[in-house]
This record gives sequence, C-alpha cells and structure tokens, in this order.
Amino acid sequence: MKNKYSIFSLIKNAFSDHENWQRAWRDPEPKKEYDAIIIGGGGHGLATAFYLAKKHNMTNIAVVEKGWIGGGNTGRNTTIIRSNYLWDASAGLYNHALKIWEGLSQELNYNVMFSQRGVMNLAHNLQDVRDLKRRTHANRLNGIDAVWLNTEEVKKFCPIINTSPDIRYPVLGGTLQRRAGTARHDAVAWGYARGASAMGVDIIQNCEVKGIKRNGNNVEGIETTKGFIKTKKIGVVTAGHSSVIANMVDLKLPLESKPLQALVSEPVKPIIDTVVMSNAVHAYVSQSDKGELVIGAGTDAYVSYTQRGSHDVVEGTLKAILELYPIFSRMKMLRQWGGIVDICPDASPIISKTHIKGLYFNCGWGTGGFKATPGSGDLFAHTIANDEPHKLNADFNINRFVSGDLVDEHGAAAVAH
Amino acid sequence: MFLINCPYCGERDQSEFSAGGEAHIVRPKQPTELSDDQWAEFLFMRKNIKGIQFERWNHAHGCRKWFNIVRDTRNDKIHAVYKMGEKPPIK
Repeated sequence: MKNKYSIFSLIKNAFSDHENWQRAWRDPEPKKEYDAIIIGGGGHGLATAFYLAKKHNMTNIAVVEKGWIGGGNTGRNTTIIRSNYLWDASAGLYNHALKIWEGLSQELNYNVMFSQRGVMNLAHNLQDVRDLKRRTHANRLNGIDAVWLNTEEVKKFCPIINTSPDIRYPVLGGTLQRRAGTARHDAVAWGYARGASAMGVDIIQNCEVKGIKRNGNNVEGIETTKGFIKTKKIGVVTAGHSSVIANMVDLKLPLESKPLQALVSEPVKPIIDTVVMSNAVHAYVSQSDKGELVIGAGTDAYVSYTQRGSHDVVEGTLKAILELYPIFSRMKMLRQWGGIVDICPDASPIISKTHIKGLYFNCGWGTGGFKATPGSGDLFAHTIANDEPHKLNADFNINRFVSGDLVDEHGAAAVAH
Repeated sequence: MFLINCPYCGERDQSEFSAGGEAHIVRPKQPTELSDDQWAEFLFMRKNIKGIQFERWNHAHGCRKWFNIVRDTRNDKIHAVYKMGEKPPIK
C-alpha cells in the first residue's frame, strides 16, 4: 500500500497541519468492461471486492454504488459483533467473521476500532433460561466462547441493570460472549474501500444500476446511470434492495424488506462498558466512544423502503430500556433513523449462485449483517471466484427454500427476529 | 407511521393493525400435486416490491377483520383499501 498509515505518517502530517493526507481511495470513471462487478458499496460489497482482489487475484473488478459507500445499512446499524449462534452452520459462518474481525485493523492498516467489550444476552423467564443455557452448550461445542451468568453475576458484570425481582420481566440470568463487542461501522467500509482501491479495484459512487443485460442464461453486463458496463460476473450485495435488483431479471427471492430502527442519546460519561441485549423485552444498548447510548430493537412488521419506520416501535424499545435501566430515565434521545433490512423466512442469509450463470446474491442478512461483514465478503468472494460456494456458506444457498433444508435461527439466535 | 382506513372501523393508527404480507397469492388447489419448486414459490418467494404493492392487513387491535390495501412502499402512502374477495380498484 502506497500511503501506509503509521505513527510516523501521523507525526509527519502533523507538521503540515494534516493538509497533505492523500485520498484514501481513487474516484475513477467506469471502464468499458470488468472481470466482475459488485453491486452495492456497503461493508459486505467492499469486503467482497477486497477479498476477490487479495485472495483470488481478481483486480480488474468494480464496485458500483448508487449513493456513497457505507451510506446504507453499514452506516445505520448498531455495530454489534458476536458469533453466539445456535446452529452449526450459523456458528461456522459468524465465528469465521469474528476471527477475521480480530485481526482486521492490522490486515487493512486501518483502525476499525474493534472493541471486544463482550455481549451479554439476558434471560427473563424459565424458557429463556433453558434456551440460553442450551445455546451456551451448543456454542462451546462449536468452539465459541460462551458462559452462563446467574442474576448476581449479571449485576456484577453490568451494575446499572435493574435486577429487582419486582419488575415485569425480572432478570433471571444471562449469557456472555467475551470475544464479542463492537466496531466503528464507517471505518469498516472506508478501510475495505481503501484496501481494495490500492489493489486496483474501481469504486464507482453515485452510479445506480438500472438493469441487468442477459444473453440467454448468461449475464452480459449492467445498465447504469453512468452507462453500460460489460461483465460476465455480477455479485449483488444490496441488502434491503436485493429484491429490486432481482426483479430486474425476474428472479423472485424469499425476502421481505422492512425498516429496522435505531437511536442514539445525548453523549454522557462512560456508564455501560459492554453490550447488553434482551430477547424477551427486546431492546439492546451499548455506549459509543463518543458517549452516546446506541439503542436498537426489532423491525417494523410491514414491508417498506422508507428508511424511517413507525413511532410505536421506538416507544416500545425505550419502555424496555427504561424498565431494565431506570438510570436512563432522564436521558434525551438525539437521533433516530431506520435502515431497510431484507429478511429471509428462516432469518438466515443467502450467499449463493443463482440459476442465471454469472449472477450471485449475497442477501437476507436481515437485522444482523454488520457482525458478519468480513466473513461474508470473504465467502462471497470465494463463491464468485470459483463459481462454487465455500464449505462455510454451502448451507446458505438459495435452493434451501426448495429443499426445505432451512437454517432456522428464528428466536434461536440471541435476539428474536 | 401512517393511518389506515379500515373498511369496517374507519381511519386508525397503523399500530392497531398487523401486516399480512403480499396479497392475492392463491392457495394451491391441489397441494398434493405440487412440486418442491411450486411449494417454495407459494410459501417463500415474494415480489417485495419497491413501489405500488398489494397487501393484506388485519385490524388486530380493532375489529380483527382482514382486508386488502394498495400501498406505495417508497413512502407508505395508501392508494386504496378494499375488502377480501373484492377485485383491486387500481391496477
């Protein structure tokens, strides 16, 4: 990499008042033809391009993005990273991602601020306790760190939680994955963009895909707002808009796109040094490095592309937060937003070939895609380069909805979907 | 956040209703004769349209009746409401 970031480059640029930093990635016009094109410049798309170039030597490729990179769900999530999934297939997928996260800042030479502050999942009734204990055992069999905490240990780990037995949903215990945590979402997109660009990948922003050209059962290229671009391989990574692209080739996907809302509070001094999620009351909270509480919950329950959602969902989330953390009762919420998440019937993603040759989809991440970003990119790159899935994403093919071999993580994951 | 004009109760807040997904997906008449592909199509595959969508809603916290609406999923604007069994008033 030409402009390697280091303590020395920081000192050197300090002397010129930080006015001479180079662009982190190039801003090229599209070429006439690429070996592969990734549609969607979010974390997953950029990671795919990065690993196509790095591991599969495909550098004559492009990422086309309708807006600016990282401006969709990459910039709208609550940045939680964990791998404590129940089923073997999901455990393999998410733990693969977590392992890459652990070395990602070094790999990218870009600080993604990965912080392994732990993720705790609370149990509020007997069934929660049974389910979470079962998941803890399943996790450990798959080599994923997980421990069960009783109510006193939960209180000790996160003292601001209300563990009184009198509340509507008393805390009966919880699980903890210490290797889990958070990362800086924008930095993930920017770091992958910079790495990919340095290896020759063209990142083309403000370029919306209008159509996909086919010749029989093969793809020939994409029609965009910057003209036609020829290619034989197209990887679609457009999250909530996956069906929009699929409809261009009359492909139906098992997806519904729904708004998922999140909000942040005014910044305060450090008060919660971990991530706490609750399945039964359905809210999760962590604190950003700026001091804001980052709060999220479930999706709005109807199909919508509005990126805003309904007020009653926010209200329900905050009720849950206040029941568990009475200390937050006078906090002011500063910003609220919505992202459009594409949800599969089994709440697991699709990283797959399609019946159209050269057309690949990476979608269906629903409410939990951010944590998988590096693993998703790595496995999707493998699938595109070899025209075959990696063994870790073989179960996440599109045909599972025909065969019935679903990866049913509904409610079995740490949060009810 | 939007209002829905229930054909039985009148205009109410959307939070009183539950969404039932895409409308006019016909239940197979001969389920035993369906192939796996056809089952997948019926059970799982959706148009998930960004634009004008026909969908079913239930007034869950009201009269509990099902009905259809035509909604633009780009801005949540509702263009028509019609009862179950009726033909959509717009194409």
